[in-house]
Order: sequence, then C-alpha cells, then structure tokens
Amino acid sequence: MTAPVVEGLAIEKTLGEGAGRVAALRGVSLTLTGGALTLLMGPSGSGKTTLLSILGGMLTPTRGTVRLRGETTTGAGPEALAALRRRHVGFVFQSYHLFPTLTALENVQLVLDVRGERTPEARERAAAALATVGLTHKLASFPRELSGGEQQRVAIARAVVGRPAVILADEPTASLDGDNGQAIMTVLAEIARDPERAVLVVTHDPRTLPFADRVVRIEDGRIVAEEPGPRRAASGPPTAPIDSEVRPHAS
Amino acid sequence: MHQHRLGTDQRSDGRHGDDRTRRLVASVRRAVAATAAATGRAWDAFAPVASAAARTGWHGARSAGEAIAAASRAAAERLSSARKAGPPLVLVLASRNLFHDRVRLVTTVIGIVFSVILVTVQIGLFLGFERMVTTMVDHAEADLWIVPRGTRNFEDPSLLDERQRFRALSVGGVAAVAPLVLGFAEWRRPDGGSTPVFVVGSDPRGGGLAPWNVVAGRADDLAAPFAVAVDRSYADRLGVRGVGDAGEIRDQKARIVAVTAGIRSFTTTPYVFAGFDRARAYLGTPTDRATYFLVRLAPGADIDRVRAQIAENLADAEVLTGAAFRERSRSFWLFGTGAGAALFGGALLGIVVGTVIVAQTLYSSTKDHIAEFATLRAIGSSTRYIVEVILWQALLSALVGFALATAAGLAVVAATTDSALPVVMTPTLVLGLLVLTIAMCAVSAVAAIREVVRIDPATVLAR
Repeated sequence: MTAPVVEGLAIEKTLGEGAGRVAALRGVSLTLTGGALTLLMGPSGSGKTTLLSILGGMLTPTRGTVRLRGETTTGAGPEALAALRRRHVGFVFQSYHLFPTLTALENVQLVLDVRGERTPEARERAAAALATVGLTHKLASFPRELSGGEQQRVAIARAVVGRPAVILADEPTASLDGDNGQAIMTVLAEIARDPERAVLVVTHDPRTLPFADRVVRIEDGRIVAEEPGPRRAASGPPTAPIDSEVRPHAS
Repeated sequence: MHQHRLGTDQRSDGRHGDDRTRRLVASVRRAVAATAAATGRAWDAFAPVASAAARTGWHGARSAGEAIAAASRAAAERLSSARKAGPPLVLVLASRNLFHDRVRLVTTVIGIVFSVILVTVQIGLFLGFERMVTTMVDHAEADLWIVPRGTRNFEDPSLLDERQRFRALSVGGVAAVAPLVLGFAEWRRPDGGSTPVFVVGSDPRGGGLAPWNVVAGRADDLAAPFAVAVDRSYADRLGVRGVGDAGEIRDQKARIVAVTAGIRSFTTTPYVFAGFDRARAYLGTPTDRATYFLVRLAPGADIDRVRAQIAENLADAEVLTGAAFRERSRSFWLFGTGAGAALFGGALLGIVVGTVIVAQTLYSSTKDHIAEFATLRAIGSSTRYIVEVILWQALLSALVGFALATAAGLAVVAATTDSALPVVMTPTLVLGLLVLTIAMCAVSAVAAIREVVRIDPATVLAR
C-alpha cells in the first residue's frame, strides 16, 4: 500500500449566496494513492468537477480538509494555492487549453517556466515529455496544426512534465473519437503505473472503465459507491512506469 | 518510415500482457539500450516511445530494433534542435500574444506613435524655442553682461550710458568691455517694399557679437562702410540674393557683405548684423549710448568677485553672467508669455491620449486571452509571472511604437530645420522619450493586470 498523495476529508462546498445557495459537496472523503488510476463518475451536476477543483487546489472547501502530499489547502490564499498546484498537481482539461500561439514544445515547457526552471535542460525535459506521448515529430507544431487527440496528448505531456504527485483529468476523452480516447486513456494508465503518482479522471465516458484501477461514483454531492476497476483485476506486465523513463538521465 | 503514434495508428484495445507483446517490448528495450549506449544519453528519452508503442500493438515493423533505431534517430535530431536555447518563454508568450492579432497591434502602435510624436514635437518645439530665444547670448563673446535694470530678455532693448562701460573697465580683472546695440528698424527692399528687421550692432574687431555660420562673404567685412550681414533664409523677405546686393535702413544704404545660415529669429523678424557705429546710425541711437556692454575677464579673474564689483559701480544697470541672462530670456519667453505652458500642455495631452489608447488595447487583448491566463493560473503560475507577461507585452508595444515614432520625429526635425521654429531632438530627449514611452505603456498595463489577477483558475474547467 503506497502513501496517499491526495487526501480529501469530509469536504463540503457551498456555491452561490442567498436563495441561489447550493450545496455542491456534502461531506465527501476521498483519498488518492500513488500507482492507481481512479475514475470519478456521476451525472451532470453531481459535484465531480467541484471535487476535482478542490482536490487540485483551485477551490478551497467550505468545510473539511484537503492535503496534497501532506500540505493542507486550508486557509491558503490564491498565491499559496497556485504554489501548491505548481508543486503537486498536473491538470488535463476537456478542451485541452493549450496556448494557441505556442508550439507543442513551448506549451509543455511553460509548466517548467512558471516554476522558474528556465535552463536548456527544462527544454529537454519538455521534449522528452512529448516523446512519452509519441509526439516527438510535432515539437514545433502549433495547436492548430494538431488533431484533437494530439492536442490532448500535448496537454498530458504538459501535466506530467513537472512530475506532479497527482494528475487530475477533467473529461479528457469527451472531445475525442473512440480511437483517440483510447489512446489518451492508455497514456494516462501508463502514468498511473508510477507508485509515486495518482491519476484521477472525471468522466462520463463508459469506454474509460477498462483503464480504471478504482471507480468512484458520486451523486448529489455524495460518494455513493466505490469499487475496484477492471485494470486492478487484470494488471499488465511489470514494466517500469512511463514517466520514470522520460528523464534523460534514466537508466 | 514506421508508424509509432499512439493515436490513430495504434491498435490497442487496452489489453496487455500477452507473450507476443512482452517479447516485443523486451526486444525494443534491448535495441534502445544498445543504441543509447552507442550514441549518448539523449537516446534514453525515446525508450518510452518505443515501449508504449510496442505495448499498444505496433504493426508493420519487421524488426522492432530497426524501427526503434530509425525513429529514435529522427527524434534525436528533433530533440537536438529543441535543446537550442531561445528567448525566455515569458517573452515568447508575450510577443506571440501581441503579434498574433495584427489589427490590434497596429491600433496599439498607432496610438503609441501618435502619442510619442505629439510629445516629441511639443518638447522638440520647446527645445527649439528655448535654443532660439537664447541663441544671441549663446554666441556672444562675453563672460558678463551689463544690461539696463529690469531687462527681461535679449530683445528688450533699453539704453545704457557709455560711461557705464568705462566704470566697468576700471574694475580689476576686466580685460575688455564691448558695446552692443540693437533695436528694430525698417528695411527697404531694392524693389521698393519694406519689412521690419532687428539690427544687431557690435564692433567686429573689438569682440562682442559677430555673425556666425557665415556661408558667403566675410564677417570681418562688416567694418566696411554700410556693410551688413543677413541670413540666407530671409533673402526673399529682404529682396536680396546674396553678397553684393543692398537695401536701405533709415534711408541709409545697407550692402550685404556676409550671408549666414541658420541664424533665425523666433519672432520671424530678420536679424541684420552691422558694425557698432553703423548699427547706431541705422537705429538712430545717440552716440553715447549702447544697449548692452559685454565684459570679458582677464585670465584667472574671479567672475563672482568681478561681477559684484562692477555692480557696485553702476547705477540703473545689472550685471549678469551669460547663464543668468540666458535663463532670464528663457523664463520670459517660455513662462512669461505662456508659450511654454502651451507646449507642455500639448505634450501632456499626448501622454494622456497615448496612455488611454494603449491601456484600452492592452486591456482588450488581455480579455481576449483571458482563458489562457486562467490556464496559466490553473497550472500554478504566480501572479508575478502573469504580470511579467503583460508587462512584456506593454514593453514590446512601447519599443515598436517608440522606434516608429522616433523615425517620424527625425523626419519632422529634418523638415523643420529651416523653419521659423525648428523642432529639436537631442540625445537626452530621445532617451527621455524612451523612458516616457515605457512608463506610459507600463501604466497602461495596470487595468489589464487588475483584470488578470482576479481570474478564478477554476473557470478553465467550465470552458
């Protein structure tokens, strides 16, 4: 059993004010451990994205505690939360959110740049991260020159390049066709082989189920079910996790 | 070329673990390891490509080792170019944001150029005006000026008694005292018309104020009877073509013996240089009077002491250093008349207009890129980093606008060189304008920065 990388304890989140007040999360507890891909599934408005935002340090809970690698988000201001995200979290968004004016390489390198890593080695790491998702031939391509699947792979490379403790993916396959969706989940599943890293995927897409080590279902702001995923039952060959091989110095 | 993409080219259905795949992965790993050992660590980066590709059912490769070697070789070349250091990424992002939208960039730059040119012209006019109102004082050979009490500027002639000159000469440390006479007169053109002129008379051999920038004839010839020097830019006004031509002042002949270039009056009244006695005759000045006395000191004399001693000996006169007389003339014309305030007001207006235009375009550019700034925030960017991006955008706008405005400003300078009031650009002005432009653009960025620092990073999840 690996140590938890993200812990959410008794999280409550109220959105809006006055008559428009809505309880988006009602006492949710969720722990993500390294080496596992967790699917968070539920209907629209069930609180999936709110939970992902809170676990990723984008929002703070109204009540409850969130710890990222042991660091709490409670009472943290916007700058402190940004620093936590910088250190521990990699995001993959449904709409990719790549910078249209930057190349694939620059989009990935940007994560390192905001961390103050501005050496040639950082550029090399960004290129290596793109290599892990099979885009070595697209380093100099702009997002408009890439297919949806390729853009999402760039987004994954961007998420992993900083070696975060957790990758949070919000509907990563929603904008992709079947083949590309499978490819994206394959890469995320590879990332989740690293015992130091957790992957949480918020999704509606049932085709993602075969890649899950664990499936958590949420409804009306509460976790209603939690079960092992198919991948846990039929684990793959004992090869090294994908990100450990990214590093140029890796043996 | 073998296919190795994970997307449309792969055939995986998510199943792993069969013997064939395991053998393929092992074969690939051996091949990559061998290649890496032979060619250096850069090859290591491509091992995951190989293993991931192999695991997902790579088809068409006769030999996994050969395929990986080929793919890795191509990839290494790309990685090699990726390693080349470029400009800082924050600068790349700022410049691409800026240059991405050409229409907005053009609007921004036009705003800056308009603003900077307006400021340049106003301040350039100010400098030109400042230079022009003191040009006579600047070119006089005088350490001290004896002027009638209450004199406000060079062209404000009252008269001093000739005895003041002798009193000044009696002070120790005084080497020479030259009289200068000046005043307005009527120049009768050879063709019969007339125009007002400003006569400047000093003894060309006794020091004082001789014409400079002589481009035809000789200043020394002003000692000849009825000799005068005029500036070539006033030739048409005076109805003459050059040396040898003549007009009349106060019914007395005025024969041109020297022509100058660039001695222009901001009042547009032409200067006419003459010898001291000739000028007195042209102006009708009594023979024992002069407008100013120009004092030259003996080597090593203490200017403050000499000035104080001369002042003690004189009644109804002041003794000024060149700098003090210059400052008095400048203050009168620039601030006493309101001309300076008008020029400064125009410059200030230019700054305000430029700031508003740049602020508006930067703000709307930031709004257009708000999703990207939210993404930056979501991936953990600090406020400082985002501010850096916007400030770089502002700085780049400033530099582009400044370069164009300076080029336009130099064209204005060239076009006004021979005008009544030339626009002057000095290195200090150019440097000052650069600083001003940068400051203006930085201030303009404030609204955009305020917008960006309020971004909620969670909005990226809703888009």
